[in-house]
Amino acid sequence: MKVTLKVYRFNPQTDKAPHYDVFSVESEQNERILDCLNKIRWQQDPTLSFRMSCAHGICGSDGLTINSQSALACQKLVKDYDYTKEILVEPLRYFCVVKDLIVDLKPFFERIKSINPQTAQNIAKVEPQKERIQTIEERSRFDDALKCILCGCCYGACPVMTEQDEDFVGPAAVLREQRYIFDSRTCDAEERLKILKKPHGVWACKSYYMCTLVCPKNIKVTEAILRTKKKIIQEPPKKPIAEEI
Amino acid sequence: MIHEYDVVVIGGGIAGLYTALTASEDARVAVISKVHVTRSHSVAAQGGIAASLGNEEEDHWEWHMYDTVKGSDYLADQNAVEVLVQEAPNAIYTLEHMGVPFSRNAQGKIEQRRFGGHTRNFGEAPIKRACYASDRTGRAIMDTLYDRCLQKGVAFHDEVFIQHLLFALNNCCGAAGYDLATTEPQVFHAKAVVLATGGCGKIYKTTSNGYASTGDGFALALDALLSLEDMEFVQFHPTGIYGLGILISEAARAEGGILRNGLGERFMERYAPTLKDLAPRDIVSRAILQEISEGRGVDGKEYVYLDLRELGGERLNQKLPEITSFVKTYLGIDPGETQIPVAPTCHYMMGGIPTDVGGHVLADKAGTILPGLYAAGECACVSVHGANRLGCNSLIDLVVFGRRTGLSVLKEIKARILQPLPVQAESIVLDKINSLLESHGTERTVVLRETLQCFMTGQCSVFRNGQSIEEAYRQVHQLKKRFLNVGLTNKSRVFNYELQEALELNNMMRTAEIIVYSALQRQESRGAHFRSDFPERNDEEWLKHTFVNETPTGLKESYKPLAPGRFAPEKRRY
Repeated sequence: MKVTLKVYRFNPQTDKAPHYDVFSVESEQNERILDCLNKIRWQQDPTLSFRMSCAHGICGSDGLTINSQSALACQKLVKDYDYTKEILVEPLRYFCVVKDLIVDLKPFFERIKSINPQTAQNIAKVEPQKERIQTIEERSRFDDALKCILCGCCYGACPVMTEQDEDFVGPAAVLREQRYIFDSRTCDAEERLKILKKPHGVWACKSYYMCTLVCPKNIKVTEAILRTKKKIIQEPPKKPIAEEI
Repeated sequence: MIHEYDVVVIGGGIAGLYTALTASEDARVAVISKVHVTRSHSVAAQGGIAASLGNEEEDHWEWHMYDTVKGSDYLADQNAVEVLVQEAPNAIYTLEHMGVPFSRNAQGKIEQRRFGGHTRNFGEAPIKRACYASDRTGRAIMDTLYDRCLQKGVAFHDEVFIQHLLFALNNCCGAAGYDLATTEPQVFHAKAVVLATGGCGKIYKTTSNGYASTGDGFALALDALLSLEDMEFVQFHPTGIYGLGILISEAARAEGGILRNGLGERFMERYAPTLKDLAPRDIVSRAILQEISEGRGVDGKEYVYLDLRELGGERLNQKLPEITSFVKTYLGIDPGETQIPVAPTCHYMMGGIPTDVGGHVLADKAGTILPGLYAAGECACVSVHGANRLGCNSLIDLVVFGRRTGLSVLKEIKARILQPLPVQAESIVLDKINSLLESHGTERTVVLRETLQCFMTGQCSVFRNGQSIEEAYRQVHQLKKRFLNVGLTNKSRVFNYELQEALELNNMMRTAEIIVYSALQRQESRGAHFRSDFPERNDEEWLKHTFVNETPTGLKESYKPLAPGRFAPEKRRY
């Protein structure tokens, strides 16, 4: 059958403003949106630019906005959309477009970097001979966050990032910090909480739940952020108030 | 643009990151990657990482060594295997100390599970040796290493595609490539260069590998006039999702999954009475294809079933959540209720750039070290996997030899000065790119690539014979000729993927040519290299490593004998 895709186009070398091109490709219902994009690029228009690598939702390269919602092109099939109509394919929101569907992810990876405490140290202060003991229950406290593939879909979907506070550290970064804070083995959790307490940190989140809605790995992102907030509030004051300043 | 570092690592998978992290203790290190580092294909590793921790049952490195050597069909270098298995437990503990979130058992220790070819007491029965983080083991290790590298100040040059290694006075002194975003040349000047570029699964039609796995490091080595070792040994993972090739980890069978043919029979009982579905991959892949060729595929189609129904939904969600979701997403079925159609998928290159156990690249079969150049991971051949790698032995290879490579680099750069850059470092990259961009050739990359994938799959796959390999060899030559007339429609210098894919195709063709040529010479069957015209292993003539390099008059082969080891070759029964 024929599937029609309306694709966002922008070439910084020749275009003043973005436009859309409509492509019609032969596709099965069970094919990935990524397969359709590849058919366009390989059979019709080799100038179309988009990223991809693993093609099965584990590397996180092909986060896009498909029919106005962040998603991975390799994880969404044609049948996931109303394919009797045009399927709208656009770059991830929030980020600057470099070319066509490719966005500049520097702000994303800068944030992932920023949540790591500056002092480089292994997670353990004292390294035992063997592994440290961690119970199944302790391990389960951060299991959900381990699913994150750093695709950036949550940034494109977050109303805080796109409309209110463009400096917000963002859902994926808080999630990654939550992974360390809730790991019973972590010895620098306090420092990590401090990083999240900074302006544009975890408190910028207003719980729109959009990150949770779009997350390709079905991570309960908002819940993880809320747990982190709770942790910050519950941390007992370390010093008498008079000494804190 | 010229960048200067002490060490540059090309490729940012687990081997590259581990090398970088180790070297960053006392050096300025950069990781250069064709993709964003966190997209490297190591993240797709699912099932586990092998080490004889003995957390679930008694285990010894000698047992692990025996399994690895036997799994390799006795072609692995046993001194290297000994290093691997002896250092494996500490490598796991170090990863744990760095923060890798391994799954835990009831005692709170790292949980271990069974995996193909890993046995107790020299082949008696399957053993629990695979440490894991559910079925996201690769991702879990990558994420931890990435964060630790960020903390150590490792520099990342993402989306830079390296085209040449640079040499001065026979020392490797850097690498040159271009920025995918701008097509500007990028030159990296360093005292040490590490190749950690992974494999080349994309030369086959069906593969578990990502689009980026195009053999780039193999081509860089060939350009440097190096030989590639044992390239005829290509691993096909038995259980790729039919049609798509997406990996269903051996962990699925370790947790109780069973392979069934079209008659519903557990056919692995006939091929490997002791280990059954957990036999090594070469054996299971051949068994599946034999069932299909003898008419016992499912509904006459070219697949068999992987039956996970016994496991139940809860166990699947706990132990194999990623696999469960892949199957649901791409096939629309629940593996707890419906069997999964599977067929072998190209997975891993046992061969590669010859190295010693310190990660030094060897310039010849006599073992001459090429100063300044190192290799680790899938692109390297130490050789610990010989003719067939066991599941879970690749991740431990990346960690153990990534670390060793990092330590070699760290030690050796202290005594090494920065060699002068060749003057034409930028221009050779520009010339290469411009000649493609300006070409008016009529051949299209996509057509040539599909041709390559088609004949490699048809003629030089799980089963091969002299005739089929010769045909593949003829076709790869024809293809290389056609490539001279390749042209691009896309002339842009911003993220021009048509250009990138043309350059990648060249790397793929050259790698394929070496694979085919190596396969043609080896007139025996060993591990993953099965020739129906020479179905038996021949230790008298072929217990040796293949070395093949490019010369002005064509490919040239030579052979390196194996060092005698602890375990003498015996018939491989499972």
